Amino acid sequence: MALTRRIVAALLLAVGTLAALPLPAQQRFIVVASTTSTEQSGLFGHLLPAFTRATGIQVRVVALGTGQALDTGRRGDADVVFVHDRAAEDRFVAEGWGVDRRDVMYNDFVIVGPKSDPAKVAGSKDVANALKSIAAAQAPFVSRGDKSGTHAAELRYWKDAGVDLAAQKGSWYRETGSGMGPALNTASSMNAYLLADRGTWLNFRNRGDLAILVEGDRKLFNPYGVMLVNPAKHPHVKKADGEAFIDWLTSPEGQASIAGYKIGGEQLFFPSAKK
Amino acid sequence: MNTVGLALAEALHLIAGGDAKLVAIVALSLRVSATSIVVGTLVAMPLGALLAVTSFRGQRAAIVTLNALLGLPSVVVGLAVYLLLSRAGPLGSFGILFTPAAMVIAQAILVLPLIAALTRQAISDAWQETREQLRSLGAGPFASATALLWDLRFSLVTIVLAGFGRAVSEVGAVMIVGGNIDGVTRVMTTAIALETSKGDLPLALGLGFVLLAIVLALNVVAHLTREAVQRHHG
Amino acid sequence: MAERHLSSLRPALLPLSLVDVGWSVGGKQVLAGITATLRHGSRTVVLGANGAGKSVLLRLCHGLLQPTSGQVRWGTPEVPGEPRRQAMVFQRPVLFRRSVLGNMTFALGIAGVARSERRDRALAALERVGLAALADRPARVLSGGEQQRLTLARAWSLGPEVLFLDEPTANLDPGATREIEAVIEAIHAGGTKIVLVTHNLGQARRLGDEVLFLDRGRLVERSPIDRFFHQPTSAEAAAFLKGELPWH
Repeated sequence: MALTRRIVAALLLAVGTLAALPLPAQQRFIVVASTTSTEQSGLFGHLLPAFTRATGIQVRVVALGTGQALDTGRRGDADVVFVHDRAAEDRFVAEGWGVDRRDVMYNDFVIVGPKSDPAKVAGSKDVANALKSIAAAQAPFVSRGDKSGTHAAELRYWKDAGVDLAAQKGSWYRETGSGMGPALNTASSMNAYLLADRGTWLNFRNRGDLAILVEGDRKLFNPYGVMLVNPAKHPHVKKADGEAFIDWLTSPEGQASIAGYKIGGEQLFFPSAKK
Repeated sequence: MNTVGLALAEALHLIAGGDAKLVAIVALSLRVSATSIVVGTLVAMPLGALLAVTSFRGQRAAIVTLNALLGLPSVVVGLAVYLLLSRAGPLGSFGILFTPAAMVIAQAILVLPLIAALTRQAISDAWQETREQLRSLGAGPFASATALLWDLRFSLVTIVLAGFGRAVSEVGAVMIVGGNIDGVTRVMTTAIALETSKGDLPLALGLGFVLLAIVLALNVVAHLTREAVQRHHG
Repeated sequence: MAERHLSSLRPALLPLSLVDVGWSVGGKQVLAGITATLRHGSRTVVLGANGAGKSVLLRLCHGLLQPTSGQVRWGTPEVPGEPRRQAMVFQRPVLFRRSVLGNMTFALGIAGVARSERRDRALAALERVGLAALADRPARVLSGGEQQRLTLARAWSLGPEVLFLDEPTANLDPGATREIEAVIEAIHAGGTKIVLVTHNLGQARRLGDEVLFLDRGRLVERSPIDRFFHQPTSAEAAAFLKGELPWH
């Protein structure tokens, strides 16, 4: 009985201690709904400590697709939204969900595909032509299919290329309904083409036989915008701290920090805030 | 395969290195799941035990429902808790979405049917053997349930561990309600999902091995305890 | 003993009246038309062949089963939710994964005995059945005989007015059986009515004052113990004795 009791007591003590430990001290923080590309490219890991050092405000990033990130803002579950789909952002602001939208930076998309390049697009600078060739060759193409900013951009490029997906898509066109990373994993295992943001691609490890085939088209530029969730719609939004984050991102200091983030010597994001 | 070898090396490296970030992630995982298990157990065990020792109209329906809830996908639980805790939802004013508290709630709901159903089964078997004696002594449903819970306390440890295993290893619910925020709500499973997204499969699998090692260690302790007690109590 | 005076302060449970009691399950009539009154004092032994309904009769008396016809009536009925004033010992001892003492205090707790008194009362009862030295041992590793003595001590400590026993020694060797019988004698000497179901006719003769004889669900004979064994009034009892004791 003594043994039993000691074991039970030890187990209870262990579980109780674990459960009762205080959660980390509540510091000042804001919640930022952002995209998987900014999180998975490692930009936030570089940027946010500098902001927190400067202001004492912790930034809690929830990384989602652009569509979901905007929804999170709409529900009032974030203070700031930091995404990349200009059309959707403008709608978000026009509907009164966001205020004070500002340009922050851009990166660019690239078309990644197998080195064997069945659609013969390597070296092209024209995204529309490249997509036309891929569709004509019915070469495997992986789409995010998740209403993210990248997905929205991809659909725009197909339209520019004059490819009517609704009519032409077949088994070569795979909608994965997943984030950038999982889509890259899928493309890597299928040796498929896909549209990726350069940052996530550079930070991606499981490349297999994939390489950048198309880059440098001005149309491939991918601008990011930041905005405050409208405090008039959601009174609990941390207006002052959220504004502080937006101000810092677009300040010379924040912009320099963005320009300073490099992977393998290559700059991923280019500051674009208007002075 | 090469990736598995790399992952094992990565796992050993992670464990041996005692990387502060990893330790924090593991600690948060254990804490969130331990808390949810305490909460879930306190509700589910009395519930399961009472369901075993009482008989009432609709009992069979209740048991079937409970067993069906075992198959509840964690994403659905996560989504329901998300809608509940979202600022736009009924409990939004507490502002606990994207915090560990939200993850505790989701996991507690997730393990509740599991613990209740397994408890009911265990108590029900014991109840067959002891029902007449307990009624002869004058024990009502509550006293019977308590007595049998205590009588089976070491089998129940296994049930609690099964619940802990489910809680600590699920990713769908905590991803949605926690948001996988670095340093705040990132736990082992969401970290694994993130590293997989980044294509860092060895690191993801390495974290998986760490998770496995922890669950394994807990089960070994529980098993040894149970054996020792069985020798003691017969 | 102390318990006797405790219970005698309240209006007595006994007599127990069975009025045309029947019990059936799944369309099968197990007991029918049982009418009898059990009074304080004597030791009643219930005899009958396998399947005659002895155990069911005991459970109906003790309230573990409800009659499907007829009535089971006590002199003063027990109040539901209040501590029980009767106890039962089963063929297979039901003990919990606690110490010997823990099994005792658990039962005393359910019976509403104050926490401060439980230990002393439990130890006193264990002393009476010779298990005091094993008080701290886990109950479920005791020998079969010790386990049954523990269930008797548990029942005894509650100070019941009536003790029902359902073949308490069926699984025990002669030595352990003797010890159990001695305890039953002592409990009876303390003022508790004994109702015993047994297959052991020697035990029936040693412990019984009167016999209720069941045959295929009916009460066919009730006689003092000596008369039952020497001059049974029913043909069924005579046949039963002839089968059980062929040298008669």
